[in-house]
Amino acid sequence: MDATTRATIDAVWRIESPRLVGALTRMTRDVGLAEDLAQDALVVALERWPRSGVPESPGAWLMATAKHRAIDLFRRGETLQAKQEQLARELEAAEDPTATAVEQTGEDLLGLIFMCCHPVLAIEARVALTLRLLGGLTSDAIARAFLTPRATVQQRIARAKRTLGAARVPFEVPAGEQLAERLPAVLGVIYLVFNEGYAASSGEHWTRPELCEDALRLARMLAELMPREPEVHGLAALLELQASRLRARRGPGGAPVLLTDQDRSRWDLLLIGRGLRALDRAEALSRGGLGPYALQAAIAACHARARTPQDTDWERIVALYDALSALTASPVVELNRAVAVAMASGPAAGLELVDALADARELTAYHLLPSVRADLLARLGRREEAYAELTRAAGMTANERERRLLLERAAGLAGG
Amino acid sequence: MRFMVMVKATAESEAGVMPRQELLAAMGAYNEELANAGVLLAGEGLQPSSKGARVRFAGDRRTVVDGPFAETKELIAGFWILQCKSLEECVEWVKRCPNPMESDSDVEIRQVFEADDFGDELTPELREQEARLRARAAGEPQ
Repeated sequence: MDATTRATIDAVWRIESPRLVGALTRMTRDVGLAEDLAQDALVVALERWPRSGVPESPGAWLMATAKHRAIDLFRRGETLQAKQEQLARELEAAEDPTATAVEQTGEDLLGLIFMCCHPVLAIEARVALTLRLLGGLTSDAIARAFLTPRATVQQRIARAKRTLGAARVPFEVPAGEQLAERLPAVLGVIYLVFNEGYAASSGEHWTRPELCEDALRLARMLAELMPREPEVHGLAALLELQASRLRARRGPGGAPVLLTDQDRSRWDLLLIGRGLRALDRAEALSRGGLGPYALQAAIAACHARARTPQDTDWERIVALYDALSALTASPVVELNRAVAVAMASGPAAGLELVDALADARELTAYHLLPSVRADLLARLGRREEAYAELTRAAGMTANERERRLLLERAAGLAGG
Repeated sequence: MRFMVMVKATAESEAGVMPRQELLAAMGAYNEELANAGVLLAGEGLQPSSKGARVRFAGDRRTVVDGPFAETKELIAGFWILQCKSLEECVEWVKRCPNPMESDSDVEIRQVFEADDFGDELTPELREQEARLRARAAGEPQ
């Protein structure tokens, strides 16, 4: 098969597989079987399309092929159960799902994402299954992205599908209180995928933009499918705004560039615009206060709106951190709040807050605590203490680039 | 990667003939499909070139030329900005678009420059070669 046909089939798969698997799961009530059927149809396509050409409606073709496989499978089964016979009849009678309304496809995709992010699954399994079934990524691509052996990813996905079957997880979009309970898990998976690309890079590299793109695609999808949910827009806003800075975050040779040092003309205006609009939507829909994602998006928006670091509205950022810290009670949020307070009210006020965090157990191995402390001490002219804190921070980080950056800052203090 | 998908103008679009109701509905459904899949970043329909203008540059001189412009097939009647994994994916999305014009027309796909985003993007080999280390955005106040 020539490379162009292969690339076309990959593209068709990426576009069609989520709704294909979604519709098949709805019809067979078994996500494992649904994916197998979809994969079978893909295998047939890989055999035929290079000779016959890609059909006019590849989605409808894949769906029809998968349905025939399902009917064959059910009819051929040696222990033909009544239930399977029933399913086979339903499948035959079912309307052509590729021709069904956009709403049905939307429901199918939502059902699928809530299933992939179901709390019976471990977080790694949720991530792998979501990227595979909703993102249309191969196990290979997921393995590369998460620096995990392919066999591990495949096992994880196979086990996840068995777990979903054993727990009889229904294919449905939760409503009411159940939705409020289940939505954070879905948002958490998307946020984790994004962060993996944005901040937790492998040793020599700072970002992996492809993972950020995959997460953004899922967040945008969800925002269209659940337009009434403020936190869905909050997450989309946060990711759009953070992604708008991706290209400015990497300096020459891949070294990290911190927010205040970034060339703001390299921020992506299209994404900033999308992020601010999504935040508006989250704010308009919020009953009571903003949720944690919308609050983080609002903080990111303060930076996005500032044309220079000096223009940043630090008072508003402090107020937003106050609200966020009331929701999360996380010492990492407190540390960020201290940085904002230092910017709004001076380094002494910030240092007081940082010192109060010194005993927080969650932060004992967190190199940013001494790093932030060093910065504030340096601004107060306490250079020797700052030097000691930077050296301490350098010994705590596992990231080579970050360690070098901290040691350079320490050397700058000693020399200057 | 990001693509600009341009609907080229026709005599009718340049004459300001509005699309028929069925086409508008089909186009609406298509846009919804693009948005639901998370690939649609932006998109607009454009007024005929009779409502536009050109600024011609020659050295230091700027000359304003009012529309309409003659070379209809080279004009643009609308555009989308799509985020896709590959040119092939973008082509597949465009093939799913309802025919935007009554007469024969082209839809042109162009990749947006963003080479500096991915510069020396990691190859799989490099990724595997490197030990996995965790990093957090040092000093970023959020």
